[in-house]
Amino acid sequence: MSEIALSARGLCKSFGSLIVASDIELALPAGARYALIGPNGAGKTTLINLITGMLRPDAGRIVLDGADITALPPEQRVKRGLVRTFQINALFPHLTALESVTLAVCERTRAVRTFWRKISAYRHEIDEAYDILAALSLTAVCHRPTRELAYGQQRLLEIALAMATQPKVLLLDEPAAGVPREDSAELFKAIAGLSREITVLFIEHDMELVFRFASRVIVLVGGRVLVEGTPHEIAADPQVRAVYLGRTMGKVPHG
Amino acid sequence: MIPKSGIRFSEEIMRQQSPMTDQALAAPRDYLQAQIRWQWGEIVFWLATLLPFVLTPSYLVLASQIAITALFALSLDLILGFCGIVSLGHAAYFGVGAYTAGLLSKWGFGEPLSGLVLAALAAGIFGYLSSFIIARFRHLALIMLTLGLALLLQEIANSASWLTGGSDGLQGIHTWPIFGRFRFDLYGYTAYTYSLALLFVVFLVARRLIHSPFGLALRGIRENTTRMPAIGAAIRGHIRTIYTIAAAIAGIAGALLAQTTETVSLEVLGFQRSADVLVMLILGGTGRLYGGLIGAAVYMIARDQFSGLNPQFWYFWIGLILIAVVMLLPGGILGGLSRLASRAKDKP
Repeated sequence: MSEIALSARGLCKSFGSLIVASDIELALPAGARYALIGPNGAGKTTLINLITGMLRPDAGRIVLDGADITALPPEQRVKRGLVRTFQINALFPHLTALESVTLAVCERTRAVRTFWRKISAYRHEIDEAYDILAALSLTAVCHRPTRELAYGQQRLLEIALAMATQPKVLLLDEPAAGVPREDSAELFKAIAGLSREITVLFIEHDMELVFRFASRVIVLVGGRVLVEGTPHEIAADPQVRAVYLGRTMGKVPHG
Repeated sequence: MIPKSGIRFSEEIMRQQSPMTDQALAAPRDYLQAQIRWQWGEIVFWLATLLPFVLTPSYLVLASQIAITALFALSLDLILGFCGIVSLGHAAYFGVGAYTAGLLSKWGFGEPLSGLVLAALAAGIFGYLSSFIIARFRHLALIMLTLGLALLLQEIANSASWLTGGSDGLQGIHTWPIFGRFRFDLYGYTAYTYSLALLFVVFLVARRLIHSPFGLALRGIRENTTRMPAIGAAIRGHIRTIYTIAAAIAGIAGALLAQTTETVSLEVLGFQRSADVLVMLILGGTGRLYGGLIGAAVYMIARDQFSGLNPQFWYFWIGLILIAVVMLLPGGILGGLSRLASRAKDKP
């Protein structure tokens, strides 16, 4: 368990004079559940963009499973098991849910390289996509175009697409963003049900969720790591309280 | 083989789901299979392409030009309609194909089918080389790049008049009979048969390609370029592949024109041809394979009719039709038809 799945060393990034990441260090042990919190504009999504290669850091290194991946393009990081979801749905509006997930599976199995066989001949890819949709309770709508799905279902499809790549490290960018509380049960079930072999880092504003799913919390403020600790340590930390002054920290469950 | 649950979800959550029977598993595949199946409309369409032989035998030359242009529009649809690559210079590949076939014939080798293959190869190689630039850009930059490439090529062809005949065009093309038997006649009987057969064969290839996993990836690129890398897709590789294929098909279309008309002029590389094919495709509807075919037919028949009325002003009507289609029928003629069809289906 103590093996480090993903680490970042001295990540720096600035846009002109605006520093969005300043000497960020993190190390996620394999199978860990980390939450990344911080006020708006703290650089949480930027950090995910840096780790996944959608942004290039000005300085620093990213190491996945002991290999330096700082120079790799995003798609090759995905092939190595470093996968993200998006805070704002980044789906395929006119593809059906099944087509979308099948596409993601086909990219992984490299079936996408063939253009002379019908997609319907790819039995294993389609079945696998269907299984993923079943685990997320999406089979009833799997033949509907993505744009016709309810918002909560689209959030689940975000996770389904990520799961189709068979991630080792999963970065969830506010998986429950915008989902009304009464519709969020399915989503939480999916997150709670993620295999323990997957290392998870998730951005979340809802402290209740953080307490429920995270074993460790990283607090990001102004592009730098303020503190890291267990949820209880973070909740009790005076620095964190100062940052969140005027904001509700949520209730700390007892016991 | 991938284990059913992979390493994705823990055992409990997988067990919570209803156990899947073979029947339930067959359903998703069947649905995808049904989408690929030939529709009645398609069969009617291809049967209708045979009508000119019977109904308008004096228009077979025009019909042959339409088939060739439809093939050209189909190749543009592969990159624009399925991959979102806007091109205002697609004539470059058409022209490379036309000159390749024309030059081969001029140098004494007028065998049509091998001429097509070599033209496809030449246009494909040129397409592959340019795809390295194309794959790096999107949107407006693409329009300028493709336009620039085509202009460059046209001026090169213009200045290399020792090879291309410059503005006088390529003289002395003679196409041998197909299979050594079927001569190209004045009425366009052979020309239309030949062009239509090629259009159909290439269409079959394109149709299969669109319904393959690669075709699904192309639709993914059109739908969301941000998401594709996040599911591990090397977008640029996909774009290079489809761009090369589309260029080769455009080259076949160009070669067909050179072989059936036995002339090649600089116009095959011209901006007008690139713009016309884009207009036809948008008119017919992008991303549907048939859009370019219908668009080419409507556009070229309209041009034939309107230019008969008053030759100088026929673009006035094309302009009017284009504005009307874009404003009233987003998705083109086929987009409008499919909306009508789904509305009819919804009505009890």
